Amino acid sequence: MTSADQPDVHVIDEVDTEFVDMIKRIGGPNIQSCYQCGTCSGSCPAGARTNYLVRGIIRKALLGLKEDVISSQELWYCTTCYTCTDRCPQDVQPTEVIKAIRNVAVAEGYMLEPHQKVAAKVIEAGHAVPLDKESWQKLREKVGLEPVPPNASGNPWAIEEIRKITSKSGFDKLIGYEEFMRAEEEKKKEQEKKG
Amino acid sequence: MAKNPKFYHFLGCVIPHRYPSVEKATNLVFEDLGMELLDLVGATCCPAPGVFGSFERVTWATVAARNLTLAEAGGHPITTGCNGCFASLWDSNHELKHDEELRKAVNNNLAEIGREFKGTIEVTHYVDALYDYAGVEAIKKRVTRPFEGVRMALHPGCHWMRPKLIKKKDDSERPHIFKEVCEASGAEYVPYKDELICCGAGGAVRTADVKVSLDFTMQKFESIIDAGGADIIVTPCPFCELQLDLGQVEIQKYFEKEFHFDVMHVTELLALAFGHEPEEFGLATHLQYMQRKNQPNWERLGIEVHKPEDVVASE
Ligand code: SF4
Ligand code: SF4
Repeated sequence: MTSADQPDVHVIDEVDTEFVDMIKRIGGPNIQSCYQCGTCSGSCPAGARTNYLVRGIIRKALLGLKEDVISSQELWYCTTCYTCTDRCPQDVQPTEVIKAIRNVAVAEGYMLEPHQKVAAKVIEAGHAVPLDKESWQKLREKVGLEPVPPNASGNPWAIEEIRKITSKSGFDKLIGYEEFMRAEEEKKKEQEKKG
Repeated sequence: MAKNPKFYHFLGCVIPHRYPSVEKATNLVFEDLGMELLDLVGATCCPAPGVFGSFERVTWATVAARNLTLAEAGGHPITTGCNGCFASLWDSNHELKHDEELRKAVNNNLAEIGREFKGTIEVTHYVDALYDYAGVEAIKKRVTRPFEGVRMALHPGCHWMRPKLIKKKDDSERPHIFKEVCEASGAEYVPYKDELICCGAGGAVRTADVKVSLDFTMQKFESIIDAGGADIIVTPCPFCELQLDLGQVEIQKYFEKEFHFDVMHVTELLALAFGHEPEEFGLATHLQYMQRKNQPNWERLGIEVHKPEDVVASE
């Protein structure tokens, strides 16, 4: 527990006994087969250049150190390349475990702002990488295609369907969609005022 | 082949919105090989597997399943040229067929828009369509401009073949399918140590920290140079393509290291090998060239182009 007198103490001893079950339920059912051999981290290109240590995260998760695991920035350095999953001798599927842990992190409010933005784009435009400038339409014309493709970019009804299902699943609230869009609107107004 | 195969063409985001030359090249190549592409009208983001799958699995599967229902309605398989789209659509299709609980949750969400996942169609990648439906021999027969003497490094990427125990397509430690398709172009395959590592863009890492993601990319480039260098890098994924292509401009900006590789999607490579001119699909619109205000290295690629300057010079 971080008390006011000891602001720099790193909490590692708070155990959440439900954490492992959460991970198993969300999508990492084999986490308990891990015997800590380290094949995953030894194969991991993210671990080769950052402090991200997949074996260590799995160990901590098994110990129930939820806060410690979900609040770390490193959790977001896995590129989901699945090399560890293809090599793990115990079929732990570390990539799925990491994704499940990230689901817990997001549910508990640990979402990076740029990620929030990408998620909002899908609700707003139907695409994480949208056709959001005229120059992209021009690029399409330049290669001899129609300026707008037949995907959601040219079909507002498809975006409407995405809004409905993300609202039904609670995803819009999870990522704080409305607040985010309002903040974006404000930013735009500010910029317009300035210049 | 008795009948020409038909596929719904799932475009995704990066191909139609950032690398449209891949979309155009794919149209040309599929037509040349007698495979029909149908518009998948109203398809959305797949949605990006490492990103949305990391945020909330059920919503990821729901949005992916909605895309699948569009194809189910018409009864043709999907084909996509993006490893990420392929992962979302193929994996969700697989998981929804095997995970009763997930399927219930997803169909409950889909009921809101009057849709239901049925699990009746197959999801393929362009590489599958090229290898399984057209076949390497047919591709070779169609080549009229072989890339003789052009050194080609490959970046197969991750999600087309991994996880291997589930996808059961190729040996992810020694893959051969993508290599065979690319070698059909006549280019010379250059093996390099880090061929099989990730480009660095996936899993929401590019969005979280672009420099960390570019560090992966740089390792690949250096490994290619250690192997004697290459004239082109070929990949089956537009997101990898963006990372390897535009990534060179970004690496120069952040790390002051300069690389000049021409990067192509496998359908762009084949379009050229089939004799199409680069202007026919806009090879020079890759973001690397747009930002550096230059052109592909035509000489190194062995392609003659009629540049407007030449006309002026000869007058
Ligand atoms: S490779 Fe598998 S068993 Fe070994 S430490 Fe990693 S997850 Fe655990
Ligand atoms: S999937 Fe993630 S944890 Fe596994 S090897 Fe790749 S980057 Fe590392």
